[in-house]
Amino acid sequence: MKKLIAAAAATLFATFAPAGAMAFEPGNTECIAPANAGGGWDFTCRQVGKALYDLKIVPNPVQVTNLAGGGGGVAFAEVVSKRNGDDNLIVAASSATTTRLAQGAFPGASKDQVRWLGTIGADYGVIAVAKDSPISTLPELFEAVKENPSAVSFAGGSAVGGWDHLKVLIAAKAAGFNDARAIKYVAFEGGGEAVTQLLGGHVQAFSGDISEAKGFVDSGDLKVLAVLAEERLPGEFDRFPTAKEQGIDAVGANWRGFYAPGGMSDEAYDFWVEAIKTVYESDTWKEVMAANGLMPLSRFGGDFEAFVDQQIADTEELSREIGLLQ
Amino acid sequence: MDVFSNLADGFAVALTWQNLALALIGCFLGTIIGALPGLGPSNGVAILIPLAFTLGLPATPALILLTSVYYGAMYGGRISSILLNIPGDEPALMTTLDGYPMTKNGQAGEALALSGIASFVGAFFATWGLVFLAPQLVKVALLFGPAEYFALFTLAFATLGGIAARNQAKAVIAAALGLGIAMIGVDHQTGVPRLTFGEIHLYEGIHFLVAIVGLFAISEVLLFLEHANGEAPEAGTTRLNRITAPLSMVARTAGSMARSTILGFVAGVLPGAGASLGSFVAYTFEKRLKDKEGTFGKGDPRGVAAPEAGNNAAAGGALVPMLALGVPGSGTTAVLLAMLMALNITPGPLLFTQQPDVVWGLIAALFIGNVMLLLLNVPMVGIFVRVLQVPTKYLMPAVAMVSFVGIYGLSGSTFDLLVMIAFGVMGYLLRKLDVPLVPVILGILLGNEMEKNLRRALTISDGDLSILWGSPIAIGIWLLAILGFIAPLLFGRLIRRKKAEVTVAR
Repeated sequence: MKKLIAAAAATLFATFAPAGAMAFEPGNTECIAPANAGGGWDFTCRQVGKALYDLKIVPNPVQVTNLAGGGGGVAFAEVVSKRNGDDNLIVAASSATTTRLAQGAFPGASKDQVRWLGTIGADYGVIAVAKDSPISTLPELFEAVKENPSAVSFAGGSAVGGWDHLKVLIAAKAAGFNDARAIKYVAFEGGGEAVTQLLGGHVQAFSGDISEAKGFVDSGDLKVLAVLAEERLPGEFDRFPTAKEQGIDAVGANWRGFYAPGGMSDEAYDFWVEAIKTVYESDTWKEVMAANGLMPLSRFGGDFEAFVDQQIADTEELSREIGLLQ
Repeated sequence: MDVFSNLADGFAVALTWQNLALALIGCFLGTIIGALPGLGPSNGVAILIPLAFTLGLPATPALILLTSVYYGAMYGGRISSILLNIPGDEPALMTTLDGYPMTKNGQAGEALALSGIASFVGAFFATWGLVFLAPQLVKVALLFGPAEYFALFTLAFATLGGIAARNQAKAVIAAALGLGIAMIGVDHQTGVPRLTFGEIHLYEGIHFLVAIVGLFAISEVLLFLEHANGEAPEAGTTRLNRITAPLSMVARTAGSMARSTILGFVAGVLPGAGASLGSFVAYTFEKRLKDKEGTFGKGDPRGVAAPEAGNNAAAGGALVPMLALGVPGSGTTAVLLAMLMALNITPGPLLFTQQPDVVWGLIAALFIGNVMLLLLNVPMVGIFVRVLQVPTKYLMPAVAMVSFVGIYGLSGSTFDLLVMIAFGVMGYLLRKLDVPLVPVILGILLGNEMEKNLRRALTISDGDLSILWGSPIAIGIWLLAILGFIAPLLFGRLIRRKKAEVTVAR
């Protein structure tokens, strides 16, 4: 308790220290959450920041700065143009960041302008229907789509071309339905609203993240057709079948992680990759993951850079197919 | 009864010294946050979330603190609306229409006291509504699909004429302007940016708070500057009669409060409608129903009581879908929802059964906060009205400062400050041209939702327009909208004729 208050006070009065010397020693570190307080990126910064300090990886509490706007684009531009050489800065990111980079939604930005550090977990995609739907497996759903694409409306919480939409397209493609533009996707404000519309019978299927769906599955209102993961998820989530085991090879993980300024020194980069890895592997973090429905997904350093490259390439291709990119 | 024993348990949870102290702090901070232009309930709650975490509060006390801030801000928003003609937050917009004229008539004290009472009535009964009706209301909310929402927003626009006292054409122009501004940003249904000119800061559209503060607060400062050459309208000209509302005034507005509470609550329950729609519908309905003498917009106490009861009832109503479905009914409940998740509580259909102590503790806290706010607000009217006695030359710089700080606090971006100034200049010009500002904001607020729901409905139906009147609810709302649009044309003529007769007879 006392420590927390001291931590908060220190955070409030923290100032920027000049970047470290040869062997990197973290100074007053900062995490930019490219959204307002309360959102997913804010959560990422605050929880990881707390863990970094609790595990004594950084000497001072991590200062969290909220820099909202442009779906993360404002923060990205700020880091590239003004904070490029800052060794003490990390920025929260997720699949939404790479999706927007791939679709050119951050004007003039590219993934090579920053350095990708690593992930701290993922929220896997689900495709679900209402409990009274006649459909009960993922192949059945896509049979219905193939028969008459306009009879099945998918609802999701992200904009058209956003992550919830892309997951439907990824699954449809894996199920052998290639006409991406024929698939009906209706964008709502957030997964909760999309589920409500599904329960009200206004749409036929829901595409979202497992954490959004869980409450409604427990109450019996929602029937999860498939989880878009490599294998069944741990804990109580293992009752949901994967798309893969139903013969549809589709994986959609909304990862959460960090990038750092492009001009960060190699020493600092190595330090941060190691730091995030240490947090990810700690017991404290396992508790945070369990409490928040975060699932395992670990990619660090060069491995993560390759993962981001792949995701951006895939997203570009899908976006072209639905006409979002020329 | 089950509900009462649950509620008693809730009070047992909530009534500790620590929780009462938190509620008091929350109510006080909330009132101040609400009163400051630019800082609304959603920022207030967002700003205080870190505080709740830093104090290491467990779930229930944290929620008590934050809901007190929420209700406090809903109360506080009216203060600057009434005293300065600057809405403290977006639902308090409608309160400026009659609140500020009342201040000009020297009735600032009455307006503040009356609106405090109206806020209490709205919030108090909405909380009872939450207690008894939450499960049933959720079923109704589920029936609202995109087509029904579109009809609902059309209804709101159909009654728009109700807020423009004088020139209907100018109100329409203002609303169209607002609709145009609402188009700015990435289009949700196609992912394509519109009217952003490649400016990344515009991708998420223009935040309505930036627009409100610019249009109202900054333009006020500009108007002051125009008259600033020594002959500023002296603050002393605003007379102050009394600082309580006479009982007769409360009695006369009781009917307005009751009707507005119901309307506001229903608007709050529908996710995606929210408190602004609640106060808007409450005001226009009341004006349509009761404005026989044309006193609305000129300082009619009913025009203050209605939107305040409406928006506070909507604040209570918005908690229904948030708790029972995990779907936020307003911006603030979205922040509260994030807070709940961070506390490891998943709102949703099972919340009431799985974590009854949290839910009922929260509801009990709402009652406590409400009573506290009434006690805090009505006697404090005397302090609030002192604001009017601050000479304008000190008040206006303070307004400008608070506006800049508040808007910068929203996103931490200086771009928003420039947008705000642009809106300030626009507001100044519009005022000079005698174009009402409220429809501009309504265009921005409601237009966005209206368009989204139309597009969603048409996506679902493959472009078939008949989906828009495809359900009994939709048809019902359309009929109301048509009635709301045509009735004034017919009755207006009748009333005008009668008035003419009266004048002639005199």
